[in-house]
Amino acid sequence: MNASPLIEIRDLRIRFHGDDGRITHAVDSVDLSVANGATLGLVGESGCGKSVTSLAIMGLLPKQSAEISGAIRFDGFDLLQVPDQILRDLRGNRLAMIFQEPMTSLNPSFTIGDQIIETILRHRGGSRRSARDRTIELLRRVHIPSPERRIDEYPHKLSGGMRQRVMIAMALACDPRLLIADEPTTALDVTLQAQILELMRELKAASGAAIILITHDLGVVAEVCDEVAVMYAGEIVERAPVDELFSAPQHPYTVGLLGSIPRLDHRAEQLATIEGMVPNMMHPPAGCRFAARCPFVLDACTKALPPLVEASPGHLSRCIRAPLERLVS
Amino acid sequence: MALLEVEGLVKHFVAERSLFGRALAHVKAVDGVSFSLEAGKTLALVGESGCGKSTVSRLVLRLIEPDAGTIRFEGRDLLSLDAGALRAFRREAQIIFQDPYASLNPRMTVGQILTEPLALHDLVPAAQRRERVEEILRLVGLEPRLARRYPHEFSGGQRQRIAIARALAVEPKLIICDEPVSALDVSIRSQILNLLRELQDRLGLAYIFVSHDLAVVKHIADHVAVMNLGQIVETAAADALFAAPRHPYSRALLSAIPVPKPRAKRSRIVLEGEIPSALNPPSGCRFHTRCPYVVERCRSEMPQLLPDGIGHATACHRTSELPSSEAIVPSDGGFSPVLEKLVAAFSGGPEAARAGGVSSLRTDPA
Repeated sequence: MNASPLIEIRDLRIRFHGDDGRITHAVDSVDLSVANGATLGLVGESGCGKSVTSLAIMGLLPKQSAEISGAIRFDGFDLLQVPDQILRDLRGNRLAMIFQEPMTSLNPSFTIGDQIIETILRHRGGSRRSARDRTIELLRRVHIPSPERRIDEYPHKLSGGMRQRVMIAMALACDPRLLIADEPTTALDVTLQAQILELMRELKAASGAAIILITHDLGVVAEVCDEVAVMYAGEIVERAPVDELFSAPQHPYTVGLLGSIPRLDHRAEQLATIEGMVPNMMHPPAGCRFAARCPFVLDACTKALPPLVEASPGHLSRCIRAPLERLVS
Repeated sequence: MALLEVEGLVKHFVAERSLFGRALAHVKAVDGVSFSLEAGKTLALVGESGCGKSTVSRLVLRLIEPDAGTIRFEGRDLLSLDAGALRAFRREAQIIFQDPYASLNPRMTVGQILTEPLALHDLVPAAQRRERVEEILRLVGLEPRLARRYPHEFSGGQRQRIAIARALAVEPKLIICDEPVSALDVSIRSQILNLLRELQDRLGLAYIFVSHDLAVVKHIADHVAVMNLGQIVETAAADALFAAPRHPYSRALLSAIPVPKPRAKRSRIVLEGEIPSALNPPSGCRFHTRCPYVVERCRSEMPQLLPDGIGHATACHRTSELPSSEAIVPSDGGFSPVLEKLVAAFSGGPEAARAGGVSSLRTDPA
C-alpha cells in the first residue's frame, strides 16, 4: 500500500434535513482511503449510503438540505472545504464519475462528440480541432466502432452498452486520477457487462487511475476490486482485501449477503435470508445498526455502537463478535 | 401430457406505418418459438434485452395475440378460446411482473387487491373471502393484519410478496415470473426465490421464469431455453446446459456470468459488435454477426433447433465441430469451509450459532 493515499475520507457524516424538519442520518463516521491504481468496491443495498458517499466526494449534494462534516482529502485539497471554483476545476478533470443510467446522464440535444469536446475544452483548452481528434481517440479506446462517424451522433442513436462506453470515454477525457463508477453495469445485459468490466480493467492498467466502484453485485466486486468496503445503514461495517472478504467475512451482514446469492457450484435448496428491515435512519439505534437482524446478537450489541476494528491484520469489522470463526469452530 | 405446449409461436410488431396505415417495417419479436412445460416444473427463458423472452410470456397468457403458432394448455387450444373461456383460463395461469411498485394499484388496500380475483372468478363465497385473504397472506409470509394497508406502506420485497399472493389467490397451475427479483436487493431477492420454490413444492405450481440473471436461473430452473432475437437457440435441462453449453451464444452468455469469487477460473468469451436489431435481423443464423465460429453457411442458411435424443436441442450448424465447452461456465468454487459454516449458522439463527460451540462465549466480550 502507498503511504499517502490518493483520496482519504475521514469521519464523513452526512445528514439530510427534510422540509418537515426531520433529519435523516444518511452516512455516519465513514473512513475510507484508496491508493493510486487501486480499485475499491463500495458494496451495500439500497439506501445504505454508498451513492451519497460518492456524491459527497464529487461535491454534488444539495447544499440547502445536506449537512456534511468530516474531511475528504484529495490531491492536497479538502474537498469539503474548497471553494466551488476549484471543485469545478477538479470535476471532470482529475475527478470523474460514471453513473448507472447512461441515457439520463447524456444530454439528448447534443451529439456525443460535442459533450466530450466540451469537457476537454473546459479543462484543457486548446483548439476545437485538437479536442475533436482527442475525442475520436477516446472513443476508439473504449472500443466504439468507426469513431470518426459515431462522434457526430446523438445519444438516442446508440445502444445502452454503447452509451455507457461514451460515458466512460467522457470520464476519461482528462485522464482522471480517481474514477467513481456508480453501478456502471447494472442496467446492462450480461454480455455487455462483461465488455464494460473488461474495458475498466484495461483502462485501469493503462492509466493507473484509482477507481471507486459502487455496486450491489458481489460478483462484479469479485471480478474487479482489490479491496472492499461493505456499508450498512450509513456505516462501513467491514473493510477487507477482496480475497479475505469472500473467504472469511468478519461481519454477520456480509455473511448474510454472501449466503443469499445463488452459487453456480453449490446447489442449495434454500438461500440464506436476512430477516427484518433496515433501521429507520431518522432514529438510528444507539448500538450496532444490524443488531435487530443479526442471529449472533448479544446484549452488549444493542448498548453501544461497536467500533470498526481489526479482526485480523488489514481486515476491519464493526462487530464485537469478530473474529467470527470462533462462532463456528 | 405436458401442462403447456407451445408450437411455432410468431409475433411481429409493426414498427412503422405508411401514411395510409400500411405496415412498412416489422419487429420480429418472436419468430417460431416452440417449447413445452410439465406441471410442477420451472422453465427459464434467458437472453439479452430485446430477445423476445417477455413477449413469449405475454403470448402464452394471450395478453397479446400471436400471428401464428399454437398454444395448448392441458391439451386445450388457447387460441380458439372465446372471451368467456379465456377468462376462465386466466384462473389457471397468472403472471408476476418485475416492478412491484408499478403492478399494484396504489388506491386499493392489500385486502381489496387480493379479494378482487376471488370475486371476479367467484371462487369463494363473499362471506368467506376475508378469511381466504388472510390465508393467502400467511402463505406468502405476510401477517394477515396487513390486509388493511395500502401498497405504499410496504417495502419492495413485501410488495413482491403481495403480487405473488394476488397470483396465488385464484389457485393457478402456471405462474409466469417476468424478472420477479431483478428490482430487489440481494437479501430480499433470496427471500422471494425461497418463497417461489417453497410454493412450488407445496402447491405443485409450474413456472415460466424470465430472467437475465443466470445464477438465479441455475438455482431455480429445471429447464432453460436460451433466446436470441426472437428464436430459441438452445434448450436443455438446467444442469446439462450449465455443465456444457453448446450453442456459441449460450457459451458466451454463460462464460460472462460474474461470480462471487476473486480470480475465479474462467475463459470468458467477450462478444464483439452490437446486438443486431430485431427490425432487420441478420440472414441465416441470427447470431452469425457476433459468432466467433461463423462459417459461410451460417450467413445464408438458418439452422434448425435439433434435439440430440436426450433432451438437449441446439440450433447451430457447427454443433458437432465446436471445441469442448466444459470449462466455459466460470467456477465459483462454492463457499470456503469457513463461510459454509458461517452461512449455516447465520441461517439457523441464534440456536445454531450456539450449537456450533459458542455457548462458552455467551458472556459478552465487550
